[in-house]
Amino acid sequence: MAKDIVVGKIGPGCKKVDPILVADKVTRQFGGLTAVDVEHLEIPRGKITALIGPNGAGKTTLFNLLTGFDKPNTGTWQFEGKNLAGVPSYKVARRGMVRTFQLTKSLNAMTVIENMRLGAQKQVGENFFAGLAQIWSGQEARITAMADSLLSRFKLDAKRGDYAGSLSGGQRKLLEMARALMSEPKLIMLDEPMAGVNPALTQSLLEHIKGLKANGTTVLFVEHDMHMVRHISDWVIVMAEGKVVAEGEPSVVMKDQAVIDAYLGAHHDTDLGTMKKGK
Amino acid sequence: MDWIQTFTLTVGVILDPLTAAYILCAIGLSVHFGFTGLLNFGQAAFAAVGAYGMAIGYLTLKLPLLVAMGFALLCVVLFALILGVPTLRLRADYLAIVTIAASEVFRYLMSTSAFKDVTGGSNGLSQFGYDFFDWNPIPDGKYAFGPFDWSADQFWLRIVSFGIVGISTLLVWLMMRSPWGRVLKGIREDEDAVRSLGKNVFSYKLQSLIIGGLFAGMGGIVFVLSMSNVQPQTWVTNFTFMVWTVLLLGGAASMLGPVAGGMVFFALWVFVNEILAGLVSMGWLPFLDPAQVGQVRFILIGLALMLLVIFRPQGMFGNKKELRFNG
Repeated sequence: MAKDIVVGKIGPGCKKVDPILVADKVTRQFGGLTAVDVEHLEIPRGKITALIGPNGAGKTTLFNLLTGFDKPNTGTWQFEGKNLAGVPSYKVARRGMVRTFQLTKSLNAMTVIENMRLGAQKQVGENFFAGLAQIWSGQEARITAMADSLLSRFKLDAKRGDYAGSLSGGQRKLLEMARALMSEPKLIMLDEPMAGVNPALTQSLLEHIKGLKANGTTVLFVEHDMHMVRHISDWVIVMAEGKVVAEGEPSVVMKDQAVIDAYLGAHHDTDLGTMKKGK
Repeated sequence: MDWIQTFTLTVGVILDPLTAAYILCAIGLSVHFGFTGLLNFGQAAFAAVGAYGMAIGYLTLKLPLLVAMGFALLCVVLFALILGVPTLRLRADYLAIVTIAASEVFRYLMSTSAFKDVTGGSNGLSQFGYDFFDWNPIPDGKYAFGPFDWSADQFWLRIVSFGIVGISTLLVWLMMRSPWGRVLKGIREDEDAVRSLGKNVFSYKLQSLIIGGLFAGMGGIVFVLSMSNVQPQTWVTNFTFMVWTVLLLGGAASMLGPVAGGMVFFALWVFVNEILAGLVSMGWLPFLDPAQVGQVRFILIGLALMLLVIFRPQGMFGNKKELRFNG
């Protein structure tokens, strides 16, 4: 299993068979604090990769750097072999690397369906003159059909005409993810997709993320829910204090003593109820 | 109190060309603020650039009037670029500060005696634009419709200025129903989200600033056409605040908002003035003298603006869900 992902020895920054994203010496300092200090990192194509680590490990900052929402102090990275360092965020998205945010950014005073339509790429009508000339209705119909099918997959079809601001926190998470999928990304980067989503929906979301992989989309996600990480990811990267400290298959990484010490804690596998009884 | 005169004046101002000028500026501001979320507090400058652009194009550059109008709109585009390129990367509240400063800078540039030969300095420019009335196809005579009573030239001026208002409203409707307008609304809600979806936010904000500015520039042109002169003191910050009041009264993110807002605002403006002046002359308001009526009117407008923002932020025509001030 690890063989179709990794070339050579498994470890922090190890080489991948077919990396979609390769980063080198990416650092970001805030004042005296080094938030991110990644020597080398490769994300395998067509797989689901989880990025885990304690709060303040630099996961979200790394997301921001790679997607052009923040500028690193040093570093280069390539997406599908093409340089992406210094490329503005909107161009990163156009290349097929689309991200969501930890604090959900639903466009509250727009309806759910308008949120979705905005996600589609290469819209003729987004040019001022073409928009004014009203020559976009054919494309709009295709975009709407795609949006509707995504909405029903995410169980948001009943909310189609509602303002995004009226949705619950979990529904907004789903909307943001569905909207990102409207752009048909090659790599989707999800920042805590499960935070605030109820358990019943989590299950269908997990299935959906697996479905993305089946369609050939690469997934990279930050998550604290270890159940989810174990259940769906093919590969796990662990960050702590800005550095990549471990990599590997989920079952292996989660038994790694360094990871347990740095992040999971000794009792991560035990139910809180059983812990009390044990005492 | 002369009720008939009060009524005639109040209704008459609804179709006044100056009302149309304010409405056009408010339409521009609805593109800036209502749809894109740009806090532009320098709308007076966009109108002033249009007004001065036409006057200078006609008087100094000796362009035909219609070409001078085109020149004026070109000046507006340039002004929007100069203002927008360095500032649109700023956060919304900083943009407000920069635009209010830029509008004052422009006004002082126009009123300084250094460029008196071109701008007319503090006296402004006059004696131009009569060609506009030469184009009047309406035969001479009196045109009376109910409370309205116009000469042929007045009628012509109203047809043109409100024609421009109608076309502008239609244009904004066409723009905002298109995917282009959807990107603007997305920017109003959250720039970063729109960026993450592959849209060049800076370019859209600049386009919005230019297009909203062009409507204001047309407002400035209509303003000076109806006055046949342009003066620097017209374009004070008060002008901008009146435009904001018109917009917020009607509804910032609505098509008919600026039109209805402008008409209702100026009708109230005249009505309150007439009533206050009438009450003062009848001795019912002993604490006011006639000269203070104008000032009291501004106080009432300020109060109305505050109440509006607090209790009806969406205006008369807006959708409350689509526009709130606290996000």
